[in-house]
Amino acid sequence: MSEVLVVAELSDGAPTKPTLELLTLARRLGDPVAVVLGEGAGSAAATLGECGATRVLSAADPALTDYLVAPKAEALEQIVRQVEPAAVLISSTPEGKEVAGRLAVRLDAGLLTDATDVDAEGATMQSVFAGNWTVRARVRRGTPIVTVKPNAVSPEPSPAAGAIEEVEVSISDAAKGARVVATEPKQASGRPELTEAAVVVSGGRGTAGNFSPIEDLADALGGAVGASRAAVDSGWYPYAYQVGQTGKTVSPQLYVAAGISGAIQHRAGMQTSKAIVAVNKDPEAPIFALADLGIVGDLHKVLPAATEEIRRRRG
Amino acid sequence: MKIVVLVKYVPDATGERRFAADGTVDRAGSDGLLSELDEYAVEQALQIADEGDDVEVVALTLGPDHAADAIKRSLQMGASAGIHIDDDAVHGSDVLATSAILAAAVRRAAPELVICGMASTDGTMGVLPAMLAERLGWPGATLGATLKLAGDTVTVRRDTDVASLTVEAKLPAIVSVTDQSGEARYPSMKGILAAKKKPVETWTLADLGIEAGEVGLAAAATEVLETTPRPPREAGKVVPDEDGSGATALVDFLATGKYI
Repeated sequence: MSEVLVVAELSDGAPTKPTLELLTLARRLGDPVAVVLGEGAGSAAATLGECGATRVLSAADPALTDYLVAPKAEALEQIVRQVEPAAVLISSTPEGKEVAGRLAVRLDAGLLTDATDVDAEGATMQSVFAGNWTVRARVRRGTPIVTVKPNAVSPEPSPAAGAIEEVEVSISDAAKGARVVATEPKQASGRPELTEAAVVVSGGRGTAGNFSPIEDLADALGGAVGASRAAVDSGWYPYAYQVGQTGKTVSPQLYVAAGISGAIQHRAGMQTSKAIVAVNKDPEAPIFALADLGIVGDLHKVLPAATEEIRRRRG
Repeated sequence: MKIVVLVKYVPDATGERRFAADGTVDRAGSDGLLSELDEYAVEQALQIADEGDDVEVVALTLGPDHAADAIKRSLQMGASAGIHIDDDAVHGSDVLATSAILAAAVRRAAPELVICGMASTDGTMGVLPAMLAERLGWPGATLGATLKLAGDTVTVRRDTDVASLTVEAKLPAIVSVTDQSGEARYPSMKGILAAKKKPVETWTLADLGIEAGEVGLAAAATEVLETTPRPPREAGKVVPDEDGSGATALVDFLATGKYI
């Protein structure tokens, strides 16, 4: 059986959930081989192995993280030429997509981004035009390079060796053009990752800058907090939490849109959610056309009362 | 100095967007406009031009005849000239061919800096700037929430979920900017009038030394197998909140769906 390369992403030394999803998907296509670009293979290998990685290739050249994107693509090209995998799977993060794009150029190989599923033949599903269409596509030249969105599958364990192998990569001066001169870590919210959460509660213009009712309901439901572009542009909530075309695309079991009118920019990021609840003062808000339950009212009254009732029922 | 801004003409996202029979985006059947995300790139180029001496801002587009509207809008905003790569053989090109054509065009235009938007609003891949940098062998300082140019160095602030990175690159370089980079200006009446007199060149693949057979639908490394409209979501129940009934309706919905 041929091998499938999975580019692993680590958070605090452990593989991220989307990485374990990639390994699970990769098993449909062949034997998963994880690649760790940068430090951390040692702490991640056991978990990668549990999810099916037969080998864990470790390329720990400091240039991989001292410079933006290009060194990772260069290292990956060298690894692909050694391993000759059936496909390369990468998480659909902004950086993952850029690495994939550069790799596609280097290999002259077909690239599919933002897949929501990959079948055993390597054909992908994508959700396009703000979620209004689905596209099935395939790569017909070169090693297929596919970036996959979070939640494409549930990670399933399938124990494999996960043996670490050090890989020598050589990073050219040409790939060292964009230097990372400073890194300022962001504070963790303590809530689930927005794109991975089963429940997302988002606030928009209607919050008038007060996100407490949004955060309190999210916490009562064990969910993540999101924000519309209007709220982010107003400086009320950080960009990392923006849901929509230029922010995150989420597809949770439950999406609560509070004080969000539902412009196309926002709908593009959430309309594939399983259930949608909207709370808005304006009965004409387009968000109500998508909602399984719409409540015409003030989020500052409805959300706190609902949060209190949820807490009461939980005892 | 010369700055090239890549601008794309896209179907209007607020209208109905669909696919043509060959699986490509239907660009004839819907109204189009300059991709909103490219307006941020034009804006950043114009800010550099506003502050610097003798900065030329060239808007470059690749697309069919009506894509000229993307250049027109850029010129109205304040760009100094336009280049329109217009060639029937381009139809159906994948991102590999598109990046190859644009790389050849950038080599021919020979700017010191290329500014792109973070993604197009139709394809939304967000990979083109990085691929262009790869093809040209230029530094790619991409996804900047801010962009600064000082001497021969560009600096961008790139925000990820876990950190804020400061990235530096020497010119010539490719940068892309996000919708956080600053609101794009509206064309003034003076800008609209002045745009009519600004030069726009039309280039073909032959001008770029690219064979028609290397690009287009038949040469694409990827293939669309099927396009399916998603059934519209059915609107559910809409209830008014009267004396706390909204919260009760919400909690009942959550309980029924086993979310609590």
